Amino acid sequence: MERIYLDNNATTIVDPAVRDAMDPFYCHMYGNPNSLHSYGIEVRPYLHQAMEQLYAGIGARDEDDIVINSCATEGNNTVILGIYFNLLKDTRRKHIVTTQLEHPCIRESCRFLEQHGVKVTYLAPNRDGMITAQMVKEAITDHTALVSVMWANNETGLILPIKEISEVCKERGVYLHTDAVQAIGKLKVDLKDVQVDYLTFSAHKFHGPKGIGGLYIRNGVSLPPLLHGGEQMGGRRAGTVDVAGMVAIGKAMELANAHLAYQNTEVRRLRDKLEDALLKIDDILVVGKRELRTPNTVYVSIRGVEGEALIWDLNQNGIAASTGSACASESLEASPILTAIGADKELAHTGVRLSLSRFTTEQEIDFSIYVINKAVSRLRKLSTSY
Amino acid sequence: MYTDKVMDHFINPRNTGDLPEPDAVGEIGNPACGDMLRLFLRIEQDIVTQARFKTFGCAAAIATSSILTEMVIGKTLEEALEISKEDVAAALDGLPPEKMDCSNLAADALHQAINNDRSNSD
Repeated sequence: MERIYLDNNATTIVDPAVRDAMDPFYCHMYGNPNSLHSYGIEVRPYLHQAMEQLYAGIGARDEDDIVINSCATEGNNTVILGIYFNLLKDTRRKHIVTTQLEHPCIRESCRFLEQHGVKVTYLAPNRDGMITAQMVKEAITDHTALVSVMWANNETGLILPIKEISEVCKERGVYLHTDAVQAIGKLKVDLKDVQVDYLTFSAHKFHGPKGIGGLYIRNGVSLPPLLHGGEQMGGRRAGTVDVAGMVAIGKAMELANAHLAYQNTEVRRLRDKLEDALLKIDDILVVGKRELRTPNTVYVSIRGVEGEALIWDLNQNGIAASTGSACASESLEASPILTAIGADKELAHTGVRLSLSRFTTEQEIDFSIYVINKAVSRLRKLSTSY
Repeated sequence: MYTDKVMDHFINPRNTGDLPEPDAVGEIGNPACGDMLRLFLRIEQDIVTQARFKTFGCAAAIATSSILTEMVIGKTLEEALEISKEDVAAALDGLPPEKMDCSNLAADALHQAINNDRSNSD
């Protein structure tokens, strides 16, 4: 059976060009860049090039730092725990402002700090599924050390007003961290235009491999390392550099930005086509205004159709999507987004996310529309509530 | 994560839909995970002769409802009352642990239906 992948906010296929770029570093160029012999020396220009690609990709200035690490979970933990050791532990600044929309690696890091006396505000999204700069402003107190707000939401694709939030943080002298894993490759991330102190990203969300990510730290902003040891990454992250991974994330970043226009025309067109077709189904709700979302994402709630059941039905027909349904999560908690937009109890169990990529084809979208319609009518016939 | 039997009953559920003028109806909802199921029985001389269901819920909720209808048809009410959640899960070659309570409601609906029927005929 042909399979169709519409779960690109979870992870993406590695671009063949990225794979080709990595390959030599698993074959003949396997040196450790710290070594003084030719094996080590010959890989260094490639690491340098990767760094150049990353700096250019997010608009970092030369004096800023980008620390290569294993994933966004590591980057996010480094920021949250680093802030604890720098500020929260010993100063009167014992407060973090974050949101209910964040990835579990932010939420759980914050919960861990709460056990150590840190106060955390978890902002709930408004009825549009958004966090506004005003909400952040009102949550900041004289004791706030850090604001951590994602740039784009993984579930709905909603793009958060990071620029306005950054202005609020600057005004109040509070550090700002943003988890940009869902933003890179989908919208322009330019840190010359938006001032943040920390930004995290992960290669596998933009057609790079899993296991390699990055943490941007603005010039002059301190952050102790999570991993202590060697002098790699300027002492900010010890551990032998993953040369192939670094080459890959650099290449993936360059390609992601080169395809931004395509994302915003062709990927957007296919997403809109899918969304328009879904909106023809009765009693269906799309979360978030289209123009406020990343171009590849649509999050729908279909009355009478439980999310997990729909995912399994689609999977049976070769289509991969994902659900925010409580039934699919181990905690059995409904998605905060659906609760926030005021969905009733039943609707809170129906959220399904479809996320495209630059590799998604029109034919795949046409077939998906057909399959989703079939699955919805089958499950609704079975349903007590439709 | 699901067994072949669960997927079979999810994709090809047996005995679905309303049963006109049923002799007994059981309706169970689980607010925690949002599942809801309605079970209809035709009972003739203390024997379940027909069973149908409608379910809003995950794949496990649909599969447990479906297999329960197969298990109960032809049983006396006494025998039907002995069908437990564990029996339903076992008939599907097992359920993931987190689904055992939340989506395994069919046996409860069956017991409720039979008890409703009995109190109505008293």
